[in-house]
Amino acid sequence: MIPASFDYVAPTTVEEALAALAQYGDEAKIIAGGQSLLPVLRMRLNAPEWVIDLGRIDSLKGVRDEGDSILVGAMTRHCDVATDPLVAEHAALVARATATVADEQVRHRGTFGGALAHADPAGDLGAPALALDAEFVIAGPAGERVVPGSEFFQGLFETAVSEDELLVGVRIPKHTGWLAHYEKFVRVAHQWPICAVGATLKVSGGVIEGAAIGLTNMGATPLRAAGVEQALIGQQATEEVVRNAAALAADGAEPPSDLNGDADYRRHLVTVLTRRAITKALGG
Amino acid sequence: MTAVEARPEQTNEIGRDRRRKEDARLITGRTRWTDNINLPGMLHLAMVRSPFAHARITGIDTSAAEESEGVVTVLAAKDFDETLGVCINAWPITPDQKTPAHPPIASDRVAFAGEIVAVVAARSAAAARDAAEMVEVDYEELPAVVSLEEAVKDEVLAHPDLGTNKSALWVFDSAQAGTGGSVDEAISAARTDGIVLERTYRQQRLIPAFMEPRSVVCDPTGEQITVWSATQIPHILRFAFAATTGVPESKIRVIAPDVGGGFGGKLQQTPEEMIVFALARRLGKPVKYTETRSESLLSAHHGRDQIQKLTLSATKDGQVTGLKVELDANLGAYVAIVGGGVPVLGAFMFNAIYKFPAYQFNCQTVFTNTTWTDAYRGAGRPEATYAIERLMDELAAEVGVDPLAIREKNWIKHEEFPFTTIAGLTYDSGNYEAATAKAKELFGYDELRREQAERRANNDPVQLGIGISTFTEMCGLAPSRVLGSLDYGAGGWEHAQVRLTPTGKVEVITGASAHGQGHETAFSQIVADRLGVPFEDVEVLHGDTQIAAKGYDTYGSRSLVVGGEALVRAADKVLEKAKPIAAHLLEASVDDLEFTGGRWTVRGTDQGMSIGELSTAVFAAHNLPDGVEANLDSEATFDPENFNFPHGTHLCAMEVDTETGQVKMRKYVCCDDIGNIINPLIVAGQVHGGLVQGIAQALWEDAVYDEAGTLVAGSFVDYLLPTAADTISFEIDHTTSPATTNTLGTKGVGEAGTIASTPAVVNAVVDALRPLGVHDVTMPCTPERVWRAINEGSAGGETTGAAAAHFDQSTGMSGNVDRTEGDVQ
Ligand SMILES: Cc1cc2nc3c(=O)[nH]c(=O)nc-3n(C[C@H](O)[C@H](O)[C@H](O)COP(=O)(O)OP(=O)(O)OC[C@H]3O[C@@H](n4cnc5c(N)ncnc54)[C@H](O)[C@@H]3O)c2cc1C
Repeated sequence: MIPASFDYVAPTTVEEALAALAQYGDEAKIIAGGQSLLPVLRMRLNAPEWVIDLGRIDSLKGVRDEGDSILVGAMTRHCDVATDPLVAEHAALVARATATVADEQVRHRGTFGGALAHADPAGDLGAPALALDAEFVIAGPAGERVVPGSEFFQGLFETAVSEDELLVGVRIPKHTGWLAHYEKFVRVAHQWPICAVGATLKVSGGVIEGAAIGLTNMGATPLRAAGVEQALIGQQATEEVVRNAAALAADGAEPPSDLNGDADYRRHLVTVLTRRAITKALGG
Repeated sequence: MTAVEARPEQTNEIGRDRRRKEDARLITGRTRWTDNINLPGMLHLAMVRSPFAHARITGIDTSAAEESEGVVTVLAAKDFDETLGVCINAWPITPDQKTPAHPPIASDRVAFAGEIVAVVAARSAAAARDAAEMVEVDYEELPAVVSLEEAVKDEVLAHPDLGTNKSALWVFDSAQAGTGGSVDEAISAARTDGIVLERTYRQQRLIPAFMEPRSVVCDPTGEQITVWSATQIPHILRFAFAATTGVPESKIRVIAPDVGGGFGGKLQQTPEEMIVFALARRLGKPVKYTETRSESLLSAHHGRDQIQKLTLSATKDGQVTGLKVELDANLGAYVAIVGGGVPVLGAFMFNAIYKFPAYQFNCQTVFTNTTWTDAYRGAGRPEATYAIERLMDELAAEVGVDPLAIREKNWIKHEEFPFTTIAGLTYDSGNYEAATAKAKELFGYDELRREQAERRANNDPVQLGIGISTFTEMCGLAPSRVLGSLDYGAGGWEHAQVRLTPTGKVEVITGASAHGQGHETAFSQIVADRLGVPFEDVEVLHGDTQIAAKGYDTYGSRSLVVGGEALVRAADKVLEKAKPIAAHLLEASVDDLEFTGGRWTVRGTDQGMSIGELSTAVFAAHNLPDGVEANLDSEATFDPENFNFPHGTHLCAMEVDTETGQVKMRKYVCCDDIGNIINPLIVAGQVHGGLVQGIAQALWEDAVYDEAGTLVAGSFVDYLLPTAADTISFEIDHTTSPATTNTLGTKGVGEAGTIASTPAVVNAVVDALRPLGVHDVTMPCTPERVWRAINEGSAGGETTGAAAAHFDQSTGMSGNVDRTEGDVQ
C-alpha cells in the first residue's frame, strides 16, 4: 500500500491554500485529516501530483459563537467537535453524530470539513448538518460564498465545492435546548452506518414545536425526512404520533443496495430507526 | 475467565498462569518480523496481478515499467524456466483427482482475479510498485464460474482444458467400511416410520486475515540459500523448494522468524515464495516481497466455502439412525497444498460425539475462478460440527424436546470410552455429561429458558434464543500411518531436542513452528518441570531449518499434543543419560540415586548435584565414567498412534431484535475438556480468540464475490472482522479427562473455540425465532437476513455482491469525476 509519489505543500493561511490550488489546479488534492484521502492514495485510486495540507491553517480550527449561529471550522477534528461545549449546547445532534464516527483513532485525525467535503452518503455528519439547516462557507478565488445544505450535497461524493475552492467552515443556526439523538445502525462498531437517523426536536409543554430529521445512507446524498417532520410539528409527543410519523421516513428515498442490505430492507429499517431516534431524543 | 480448579500451593510450572515470554517483543514489534529484515543490496518485488477472474493473456508489455526509475528487471512467465518450481498439492484425495498445474506465474491464462502475471524487481518497494502500475497486460476475458452452485453444473468451466469443474469425489460409507449399517436403508426406514430431516447449509467463504501480511526474503549469497518467510511451515516449505526447483534440500535454509498469526492461512507454499526464491537466485542478490493488505485478502488462500446437503434419519423419539452428507467444496482456481483434504478432514467428524449406526459422507471438490481455498482454523471440523450441531437442534425441535436432551439421548456415555465411532476413529477419553452439567450451571440455563418463555409470551420485540454446541474434534495431526492410508503426501510426527549449555541453561528445539500460540512459554514450563530447572533458564528455539532440522510445523492443534510429547521424551532421555554420570560423580550406585526438583541425591545422604552442575561437569569432561560420551543433549521423534479428541459444551444466548433483524450476544459460556492444562492463561487466550473467530463466521465474515469474480469484500471495510467492541466477556471453564495417548494427558485447544462457537451462535439465533416459523438463517446472520427470515420465511437470501465505496478518488471535488477503477495492489 504505497502511494505514488507526490509533492507536498502546507500553507498557513486560506489565501495561500487557494493560491496553491490555483497554481496546481487538478493536479492537486487537499488533505485535511487524511482519513479518507490516504486510503485513496495508498490503494492508488488516485495519484495527485500535489497534496495541499490544511493542517497548519489555524483559522480553520475550532468552533466560534456568531450570535444566532455557531461556526464550526472545517479543520476541527471529530474528537473536538464531539466534546465542544458550543456544539453540545446549540447543535446537540452534531455532537451525538460525531461521537459515533468510526473509532477513536479516526476521530482524532478526521475533520468536520473533510468529512462533509468527502460527501460519502454513508458519512454521519451530512444528515445532521442538513437537518440543522447548516450553511456551508466556501472560499474561492472570488472570495467567500455561502450555500445551504440542499445545494452543498450534489451527489455521490460530489459537493458544491469546485476544484479551485475550499470549504472553510459550516455555520449552524443555534438549536439551543433542542433534544437530540442520532440512531446509527451498524453490524460491527467501526463501520459506516448501514442507515442512520438524526432527530432533533424542540418540545414545550409536551407539544413538539420543532422537528428536524436527517437520514444517512438513504440515497446518494443526505436526506431530510420532511414528511416525518410535518407529522410531528404541533403534535403532542405521544408514542402513537411518533410511530405514525416515523412510518413516513422512507417516503421519496432511494436507498442503495449493497453487501449490508438491499434497498427494501433499508426502507423498512429507516422507519424503525426514525421511531427510535425520535423516542430516544424525547428521553424514551 | 473462571479459574480452572482451586490449585494447591504452586510448586510446578505446569498448570501455572505464566505470562507469555514472547509477548513483549511480539506486541511492540521490536523483533524479527520478516518485513523488518533488511539486507545489503536487497531488491524489492511488486507483483502484477490479474484484475479478471478468467482471461486469456494476449500480450504483456513491460517496456515502460523497465524504463521506470530504480527498476532492475520486469519478468513474466515466459522469462522463467522450470527452476521457478510449481505450487504443489500434497494431498490428492483420490487417485483420479483432477489437479491443474499451478505455476507461480500464469503464462497464457489467468484463473482467478489476483493471480500473478508479472513481477517487478526494483531498488525500493515504492519503485517496484510504481513500475508494476506501468506493466501493460492485454487480456481477452473468458467466461468465469464463481459460485459452487454454478460450478457443479459444468456449464462454464474454470479450466476449459479439464473438461469439467469436478476435481475429486471422496466417499466414506459405513456399510462398506464395516463400521456400521447402510445409510440408505436407515433413511428409507425412517421415511415410513420415523423422522427424516433434509437440510442444506452454506459454509460461506472466509479469509484467514492474519495480522501480519505475508512477507518473504531470500538471500542467495552464501553456500546455502536462506529464505525468511512469514509462514507456518518452514520445514514443508523447504521440502517444496527442493522438490520443485531442483535445488538440493541441503542447500536451502528456511527461517520462519516471528510470524504474526496464520490461522491456517500461512500453511501454504505460495507463488510469492517461489517467485522470490527464483528471482534472488537469478539476480544473485537478496530479494524481498511483502504483500499489501489488499493483496493478502485477495490472493492469500481463503477458507471454508462448502455447501452441505444433509439427510438425517431418526426414530420418532429422536434416536438418530443414520446421517448422509453430500458436500460440495469449493477449491477455488487450484488445488492448494492441502486443498481438497480440508473437507476430508471433516469426514470423520460429522458423527461428532454421537453414536450413529449408519453414516455416509460424499465430498465433491469443485473448481471455480476464485482464490484457491485451503486450511482455515479448524479446517474441515468446524464445517462438520456446524452441520451436525445445527441438525441436532432441528431434530430436537422436530421431536419437541430440549436440544440438550436430544444430544444426551445420542451421545457416547462417559463409561463407554474408549469408543470406536461409525467413522472408524477411537476416541480415547471424554465426559460429555460432566462438561454439559458444568456449562449448564455456569450459564444459568433454566433461568434463561424461563426468560425466553416470558419474552415469547409477551411478544417482546426482542426475542431471546439459546444455542447449544456439544462439539468434539480430531486434532493433534497426525498419525503418519493414517495419513499414509489417506494418500497424504507427508507424515505427522514431531521432533524435539533438549540441549544443555555449559552454564546449565537449557535449549529446547522443536519442529513445531509457533506463530503466536505461545510455544516458548508453554514448552519452557514443560521442560522446567521435567528437568527441575527455572522457567527462565529454558530457551525455546524453533522455526529455522538450520536449528530445528526436523519438523512438521504448526497447524491442526498439534504442537503440544504431538510436539510436546516429543519434548517430554527428549527431556527424559537427557535424564537417562545424566543418571550414570551423576552416580559416577557422586560416587554412588545408580540404584541409590533419586531425581527430584532438578537434583540427583543419594538416598539416605545429604549428597546431591543439580542438573546445572552436571552439565558443567559434562562440558569439562574431566571425570566421566569410561565409555560415556561428553554429551547430555537428546532428541526424540514422536509419531502419535491416534488423533486427539478435545470436546466441550458451549452455550450461547442471543437477543434478536425482530424489528431490525439485529442480533446481540447476551451470554456465552463454554466448558471445554482439553485434558490436563499446561498454562491456563494461554488456554484462555486460545479459547477467547477461537470463540471470536467462530462467532465471526456466524455473524460477520463473508468473502463475497460478484458475478464477474471480483472479490467485493476485498478490504476490512467490507470484510467485517470484529473487534473487542463487538464481543462480550466469555465465561470459560474446564472439565478434565486426560488424553491417554500422550504422557502429559493434554488435548489440543488451538481450534476448539472456533469449531464449537459457530453453531452455538446460529442455533441461538434460530432458537429465538423458531416460534415465528424460522428454522434456518444462512451465515453470516446479518440483520438483513434475519429480518428476511422473519418476514419472508426464507433463510435470509443472498448477499448483494456490491460494496459501497467509501474511498472514492473523486472525493470532495465536483467537476471531472472519474470513477475508473484502480488496479489491485
Ligand atoms: C476506518 C474508517 C472508518 C470510518 N468510519 C466512518 C463513519 O463511521 N462515519 C463517518 O462519517 N465517517 C467515517 N470515516 C471517514 C472519516 O470521518 C473521515 O475522517 C472523513 O470522511 C474525512 O475527513 P478527513 O478530515 O480525514 O478528510 P481527508 O481524508 O483529508 O479528505 C477527504 C476529502 O475531502 C477533501 N477535503 C478535505 N478538506 C477539504 C476542505 N476543507 N475543502 C475542500 N475539500 C476538502 C479532500 O481533498 C479529500 O478529497 C471513516 C474513516 C475510516 C478510515
